[in-house]
Amino acid sequence: MSLSISLVINGEPRTVQIDDPRVTLLDLLRERLDMTGTKKGCDRGQCGACTVLVDGRRINSCLSLAASLDGARVTTIEGLAEGDTLHAVQAAFIAHDGFQCGYCTPGQIMSAVGLIAEGHANGDPERIRELMSGNICRCGAYQGIVEAVLEAQKTLADQAGRDGRRNAA
Amino acid sequence: MNRFDYIRPASVAEAIAAATEPGSAYLAAGTNQLDLMKVGVARPQRVVDISRLPGLDRIEWLADGGVRVGALVRNADLAYDSRFSQAFPGVAEALLSGASAQLRNAATVGGNLMQHTRCAYFHDLASACNRRAPGSGCDAREGENRLHAVLGWSEHCIATHPSDFCVPLAALDAVVEVESPAGRRDIALDALHRLPGSTPERETALAPGDLIVALRLPAEAAAFSAHSRYLKLRERTSYAFAVVSAAASLRIDGGVVTHARLALGGVAAKPWRARGAEALLAGARPAEAIFAEAAKLALAEAKPSGDNVFKIELARRIVRRALSLAGEGTPQVMPALPASPFATVPGAHHAA
Repeated sequence: MSLSISLVINGEPRTVQIDDPRVTLLDLLRERLDMTGTKKGCDRGQCGACTVLVDGRRINSCLSLAASLDGARVTTIEGLAEGDTLHAVQAAFIAHDGFQCGYCTPGQIMSAVGLIAEGHANGDPERIRELMSGNICRCGAYQGIVEAVLEAQKTLADQAGRDGRRNAA
Repeated sequence: MNRFDYIRPASVAEAIAAATEPGSAYLAAGTNQLDLMKVGVARPQRVVDISRLPGLDRIEWLADGGVRVGALVRNADLAYDSRFSQAFPGVAEALLSGASAQLRNAATVGGNLMQHTRCAYFHDLASACNRRAPGSGCDAREGENRLHAVLGWSEHCIATHPSDFCVPLAALDAVVEVESPAGRRDIALDALHRLPGSTPERETALAPGDLIVALRLPAEAAAFSAHSRYLKLRERTSYAFAVVSAAASLRIDGGVVTHARLALGGVAAKPWRARGAEALLAGARPAEAIFAEAAKLALAEAKPSGDNVFKIELARRIVRRALSLAGEGTPQVMPALPASPFATVPGAHHAA
């Protein structure tokens, strides 16, 4: 059974032929498109290392069949930076030591980007911890992760405020 | 994972026709189904992808004040819908206490209802499990069974139903709309999940091909909005299934409970409605003593299925606390740790 899947990945339209519907979005990214930034941890939806944005929402890419997402917009860790300029969340993770070994980090960062866009944490560290609980960090860098999310949220809000004023002017 | 044919029908009628064929399974978000396929517990020959069926992703308010929620509405979208969470705050709290933000963004209403037990023996193909392989036995009976059922279990199966969402739904008389080759029918949520008896493999009242298309909450359920809570004890702060949980909803008029609704989670193969306790509370003044009595009554028939006698007392305490918190009133804002008995004041640090 051959399937043609069209996705817009990090802004770029991609069409992939797959011969097997068992391919998950995670395996499509890593094994078929050589985009290995998205990590495979448990492959069961329990660790969050594979988190990506699909149509702007964070999900576990290991629990999604690629065929099921035909037509979707996917954002991965490779799509955040603009050239050499890091995304605010990436910069904040570095500034606050939000990692040690780094394996969970792409998932943590994509989850944080999703969390900030969802807008339910409101700068409350307890809400951030709760809403980041789908991302496990075996090194235990949680303190830095929460600080990074808090700062990135503020940076992005300030940026949006500046953009808003510029547009109004 | 076994090989399967993948089809994506364009309509509910097409989906049902395809899924009625033997060996077929529906796939929505896949957060449970795909997981079970990866370990070989589910081995469908044909996967019927219903995730984009038109018209099933809407929240519709009914003229009488009830609500009809399409089966493909995502858990997060329902929980954060402001009108829904104001009318049914205990349901929203239960949804937000389940899984992780990523899973709630994907998982659907229908999928939540149809999820399977998390009993480790059900998930392990090397273990005997009557629910997975009828007649093979139940290795949980003599195994690791701290978290297994204390109500409604049988010698054939001691698994629990893992859903948080279904607990307040059972308490509030939710109804499931099911489409089938023979037409549409309603099933009370309380009758959707079955106790194991001697046929634990028959998990729900649905027949092959039956498709849940919507969930309805009646207008009367919204009358409890001022006093509704869901409380869930977990083995870690967040992102864990309930050890025990309780959904408590009260209507209080003139200092008296006029109506009470109570259901428990994590104790049985279905969300456990405690009608006797509800009857006891009706007409009483809300107070700790009567809440304790109601909790005792709700667990009156409980018995351990293994190394889990502690769950009975734990469930009593969670019921009592849920009733007490419901009596205090629904919080103005959703707690930072939804449903947590350890929740601190909003914004305060929590020792995770």
